[in-house]
Parts: sequence; C-alpha cells; structure tokens
Amino acid sequence: MAKFGTNTRSLTGRSPAYGFRFFVYSVVCVALMFYDQRGGWLETVRSGLSAVAYPLQLAVNSPSAAWRWTRGNFTDRAQLTAENAALAAELRELKLKALRFAALERENAQLRGLRRAIPPLIEKTLIGEVVSVELSVLRQRLLINRGAANGVVKAQPVMTADGVLGQVLRVGPWSSEIILITDAEHALPVEVARSGLRTIAVGVGEADRLSLPYVPLNSDIREGDQLVTSGLGGVFPHGLPVASIASAKRDPSQSLAQIFATPTARVDRDRHVLFVWFSPAHPAAAADEQTAGSAAFQPTPTPSAAPMASDPTEPQE
Amino acid sequence: MSWPGEPRKMLALTMLLALGVQLLPLPIWLSIMRPAFMVLVVLYWCIAAPRAGGILVAFVAGLALDVTKGAVLGQHALSVCMVAYIAITFHQRLRNQTMLQQSLFIFAMLALYEVVVWSIDGWTGHAVNSPWRWVHPMIGAALWPIVALALGRTHAAR
Repeated sequence: MAKFGTNTRSLTGRSPAYGFRFFVYSVVCVALMFYDQRGGWLETVRSGLSAVAYPLQLAVNSPSAAWRWTRGNFTDRAQLTAENAALAAELRELKLKALRFAALERENAQLRGLRRAIPPLIEKTLIGEVVSVELSVLRQRLLINRGAANGVVKAQPVMTADGVLGQVLRVGPWSSEIILITDAEHALPVEVARSGLRTIAVGVGEADRLSLPYVPLNSDIREGDQLVTSGLGGVFPHGLPVASIASAKRDPSQSLAQIFATPTARVDRDRHVLFVWFSPAHPAAAADEQTAGSAAFQPTPTPSAAPMASDPTEPQE
Repeated sequence: MSWPGEPRKMLALTMLLALGVQLLPLPIWLSIMRPAFMVLVVLYWCIAAPRAGGILVAFVAGLALDVTKGAVLGQHALSVCMVAYIAITFHQRLRNQTMLQQSLFIFAMLALYEVVVWSIDGWTGHAVNSPWRWVHPMIGAALWPIVALALGRTHAAR
C-alpha cells in the first residue's frame, strides 16, 4: 500500500465541507429575510425568539435596575416629604383644571349637536416599565416589560404624561419593542396648534429633536409653536401634545423651510411609559383605521395632498 | 459528526457573554464605540477551533443579534456567516500570523460585516445611515489582541 497520499490519520482530520455549509446557511438567511419582509408567520417565530432573548435582556439590565432600587430604598425622609408636598401641590393644580374639563366636554358635545355625551377619549391605560433603551442615530427604541400577555398590540400608541412617545413596533409574549417618534424611520402626522397647519414630523435619530421637512417657506409656523397630533395617521387621536418648535429657519433659495422641534415627552426623564387604548367613538379619534400601523412609517412628501376632510375637529385656539 | 475535545462549552459560554456585552445599556457615545463583540468571538472560534462550531455557530449568533437588535431576521445572520466562512477558509494561515496581521484581517472582516448589514438595511428599506457605524470595526480590530489572548486562556492549546 502506498504510504504517500493516504489520508488514514491526518493531523487536522477531515475537514467538513465549509463552502457547502456556508451556501446552505446563506440560502436560509436570504429566505428568512424574504419572508420576514413579507410579514406573516415569521412574526410568531420572532415573537417566540424574543421571548427566549428577554431573560437575557432582563439580566443585562438588572445591575442598573438594582442600583435604582437600592437608591430608592435609601432615600431619606426629608427628600420624600419634599417630594410628597410637590406632588400634592401638582395634584391640586390638576384637579382644578379637571373641574372645568367635564363642563367643557358637555359644551363641546352640545356645540357638535350631539344628543348623547362624548365618550371618554382614553378607554384604558397600562403602565409599563422600560427594560432597556436603545438611543442611537440608527435606532431610537425602547424595550418595555409589557407584551401580548398584557393585551399590547402592534401599532399601539405609547405616551408619557407629557405627550406622545411612540408606538409599538413588535410584540413579544411578555415584552414589546417601541419605536420612538424620534427614530429616523418614524414619521408622525402633526398639526400646529396655533395655526392649524398640518404637516409631518420625522425623527432624526436624536432624543431631543424632530424634523419637519415638508413645510413650505411661506407657511405660518414660528418658534415656540406647539405641535399636536393631527389624527390623520390612524394611530393617534387628534390633539395630543407632541413637540414645540425649537427653530424655524427660512432660506429663500430653497422651497422648504428648515424646522426643528423638541419633543415634549422625554425618555430619559421617566422609567415608565403608558400604553393607551383610545375610544374609536370619540370625535377626536384617529381618522383612518385601515391604515393603522403602516401609515405612520411612511412619510408622505406632500402632506397638503393628504385627505384632511376626515378629521371632524377644527383646529383649536 | 462530533469531535471529542472541542471546547464547545467554553464556546457557548463566551458567546453568551458576548451577547450580554452587546446588549449592555451604555451611553450613546460609548455605544457608538462598542465593537461587535459577538462577531469578534465568532471569528476567534472560527480561527482557533473551526470544528467546534463553524458556520452553524455564526448563524445562531447572527440570529441572536437579529432578534435582540430588532433587525430583519437573517440580516446579521448572513453577515456573520459570511465573515465566519472567510475566517475558516484562512484559519490555518491566520494562526501563524502576528497579532498585527491578524488585527488587519479582523478589521477587514468587521468592515465587511458592517458593509453587508448596511446594504441589507438599504435593500429592506431601512435606509438610515450614519458615519458612526464605521467606527466600531476600527475599535474591534484594535481590541482583537486582547480578545484573542483572553479567549485563548479558555481552552487548551492545540
């Protein structure tokens, strides 16, 4: 038997066919991407996989959670008393505002010629806690410890007490991923509260900035204006605070103004967010249910061409 | 197909650790500089012990990245599989090279990984770009000697 060229015992052993394996896995990857883009059953697979990854995400974030818990436990009495007093004052002020609210709602219903009372806009809320935060230029996302088990659904509005925060992008069994309005892939139909001008606020990937890229030079918008949701996107009802205009630059050589706004809701202020269920029967409810979920992700280049008649509420103030 | 003596437990443990580091919440400026530890660890095992996991490990690692990063399923998986395949192809040559040469190779691999992720981002309609995404391959390559030495202590020399 020839000794040379036999491969009875080589130093490294017979190596597997890596090229073939690479080919197979690449095909699997491309198929996965294809079906994931199409949506459908892969959504359930992803939901399952995210449930597997959730404990790890919890574990990774547990040191900071433990630190907050410890700090919370060792707050001294004077600080708590001061906080309590501040909260009581705030509550008193809010109650005073709410006194007029019921009367205004009744008056509003009368003015609209409705015989019955307007149902409350907010049907149900659910408080969730932020598990992890991803704030980068490419992604502005939050992971929240509430999921399908708590009734959270895709494209559900998420708010803080200060205003609109974002909407649910993916739902896992016990967790959900939220895309913030400041995410560069998110666009939100808004309205200037003062002038009633409707446009679209697009995220730029910075936590404290929104861009309004589709505002013509001659439109009535200036620094300090409040932006509210216009109710056209199909996700948020009309009139929720979104942002205030931080800068409005007009370059005569360009046809569009350069406008930036500061969101009223900030993630870094609070660890808690509110999932909100809005009543569809309310006059301020989101205009178009069919487009819910997809509309808010696609910025329309000409907002003036968007249907506006479907929103029954006149601009306020 | 199982070879005895492959450092599989260590491989699984280090991969889990890398995923943890990848998910660790960091301030923005630090998270921009955070190298792709997952890819570094996959590359290490592909060079040091290609038969312990090989491309399957790369695939699983990539899928884990996809799920935790909320990307299109298969995006990071394809990208990591590609760099893993190249690393396996050259693993015997790489083992004999100096750390500097290895670092250069790792830089090329991390850049390729980012290019693939970036192009799939574009093709799937997530055309958001930032120059900062090209920072982490350099840092990853600079950290390679440390990663390689640390991981080298987890298994017997061969």
